[in-house]
Amino acid sequence: MQSLIWLAIAIPLASAAFLLLAGKRADAWGHWVGVAASSVAFLVGAGALLEMLGESGDHPGMTLTLWEFIPGGDLNVDVGLLVDPLSITFVMLITFVGTLIHFYSVAYMEHDVARRRFFAYLNLFIAAMLLLVLADSFLLLFFGWEGVGLASYLLIGFWNQKNEYATAANKAFVVNRIGDIGLIVAMGMMFAAFGAVDFETVFAQAPEASTATLTAIGLALLLAACGKSAQFPLQSWLGDAMAGPTPVSALIHAATMVTAGVYLIVRSAPIFNGAPDAQLVVAVVGAITLLLGAFIGMAKDDIKKALAASTMSQIGYMMLAAGLGPIGYAFAIFHLVTHGFFKAGMFLGAGSVMHAMNDGVDMRRYGALRGVMTITWVTFGLGWLAILGVPPFSGYWSKDKIIEAAFVGDGWQPWVLGGAALVGAGLTAFYMSRLFFMTFHGKARWNDEVHPHESPLLMTVPMMILAVGSAFLGLFLASGDRFAHFLEPVTGHAEHHDPVIPIPLIIGLTLALVILGAVIAWLKYGRADVPEEAPAGSLATITARNDFFQDSVNRAVFQRPGQHLTRTLVYGDAAIIDGAVNKQARGWARLGEGSRKFQNGQVRSYALTMLVGVVVIALVIVMGA
Amino acid sequence: MNYVILAAILFSIGSAAVLLRRNAIVAFMGVELMLNAANLALVAFSRMFGELDGQIMAFFVMVVAAAEVVVGLAIIIALFRARQTISLDEPAELKG
Repeated sequence: MQSLIWLAIAIPLASAAFLLLAGKRADAWGHWVGVAASSVAFLVGAGALLEMLGESGDHPGMTLTLWEFIPGGDLNVDVGLLVDPLSITFVMLITFVGTLIHFYSVAYMEHDVARRRFFAYLNLFIAAMLLLVLADSFLLLFFGWEGVGLASYLLIGFWNQKNEYATAANKAFVVNRIGDIGLIVAMGMMFAAFGAVDFETVFAQAPEASTATLTAIGLALLLAACGKSAQFPLQSWLGDAMAGPTPVSALIHAATMVTAGVYLIVRSAPIFNGAPDAQLVVAVVGAITLLLGAFIGMAKDDIKKALAASTMSQIGYMMLAAGLGPIGYAFAIFHLVTHGFFKAGMFLGAGSVMHAMNDGVDMRRYGALRGVMTITWVTFGLGWLAILGVPPFSGYWSKDKIIEAAFVGDGWQPWVLGGAALVGAGLTAFYMSRLFFMTFHGKARWNDEVHPHESPLLMTVPMMILAVGSAFLGLFLASGDRFAHFLEPVTGHAEHHDPVIPIPLIIGLTLALVILGAVIAWLKYGRADVPEEAPAGSLATITARNDFFQDSVNRAVFQRPGQHLTRTLVYGDAAIIDGAVNKQARGWARLGEGSRKFQNGQVRSYALTMLVGVVVIALVIVMGA
Repeated sequence: MNYVILAAILFSIGSAAVLLRRNAIVAFMGVELMLNAANLALVAFSRMFGELDGQIMAFFVMVVAAAEVVVGLAIIIALFRARQTISLDEPAELKG
């Protein structure tokens, strides 16, 4: 099946094209084509995984060269797919969660007139995301990278009849382009340093390259990762991206696409291993983002935006792990997989709640939904326990490992990074519990027009499956370090290091902080009454509620000066460069005006001119002779 | 030598007719006069230098002049049909 992995990309792509071109006659059944395409992609991926598990040897998997892409003298790029433990992990996550969300969307988008178009975009996303993770060169990865960006843009702005949703889509697109510059620059530097952009050549030559080169490439790659994964300082688009339909938020802006940055860092491990400074920057960016996201999550009343802030924060954990080097790579991917399950599950749960609440997203208008939506409550609850890191649920196995790894090292780093990860765990417990209690517990705060009801089976079954994953996947993958061993051919073998404080103490501290956070949340939002209108709040609350004024900062620091710069440049262009050309052209035009007078249309004056000319020539000849 | 001077005089008369007269037919006659002045000069030089080149050239000029008359008169008739006049100053649409 590994040699057929290209089908996993081709089939959803063909399905997307079909759905877009088929027109209205496919409206009634088109969504099932989309579901089928995603399911087939999952089956192909599962076949490849089974084949890989059966292989022995140090380097399972294969490289599949499809065709010559750019035969360009010094630069030769082939279209090739790389099937290895890392890429197959992503293929499984994307197609499995993706297929569940396809099923869920059939019910969720039932009343939307453009459901066929929605499924076309979802299929396009699956194809592009698989291309991103399966590519065997940075250039081909870039195609997938842009493809998911396009799909994300189209889906955030799916309801673009609302102006602010269209603006949110534009914002996501523009911020992502800033990150893309990093990837392009990184590719340029790779070509200059190694003469190639395919993984094999670049990674083979990376150990011999200078630290400065590797650091520069690593930082450029980090910029790309920050854009795609909504990491500080390019985090501002993710909150607004919640304008898209909820299944999109679950699939693209929680489980898969936003984790592409983590994939990029882990995939480029040989580059980062040679650039400790770049690694440190990655870890610091991760630590900043995980705290930033947690603070924002604590203040948001919009259930989707709170979940988006939580996504940002959890990806911060992954980035932090990826920045720790070989000891963190496997944990970053491990947390990415478990997060894909529990966060997608919670987003689908949020979609189910919104479905019941007439699309209301304000948690202050929820409350006491436990009784009316039992399945949603249970599935969401499992996701909640998983993200809190309560043993033995999934999040415990992945997040605790990251916190332990963050405490490894010497100097100030373990204390700062580990401290951030530890505090982040407590904050996570608080804001997720706040969200959970405000939604499902306390007094009912919805008005009479809302009649909450449980969602249909087509929506609850995917939620149940994801909840099972949230509960047991971590235990399954962590037992006997199964997942770490599976990834070892890619991430490299990690020596065991002891953290600066003993592991049992770290686990104990983490659990204590988690319980503390959850209990505070229970006292404030579970037992006590939640005001229906948000209180004014302290300065800190207002800051967090406004996403740390990220938009104002961006506007003041980048947009305004940028506008002034472009205006100056436009003026300079018009006055100096265009001015020189235009003045010259005006001179020539005036010359033409003057010489036009000689063309008076009188035949006899032309004859005179000719005669005079002949006489002059004759005279010159006679005199010359 | 006298023939050459005669040719020069005829050429001047012809060119004066082309430049000064407004009537297309008269201007045309001026052109013919200039052609024949050139012919006369060619034949005169031919005789002066005792070579036949000039006379052969004169024959060619006559043939071309005959063709030119046909085309020229046709243009004048077309001009008259279009404008009911054969004044050379009348058509000035190509003024720049």
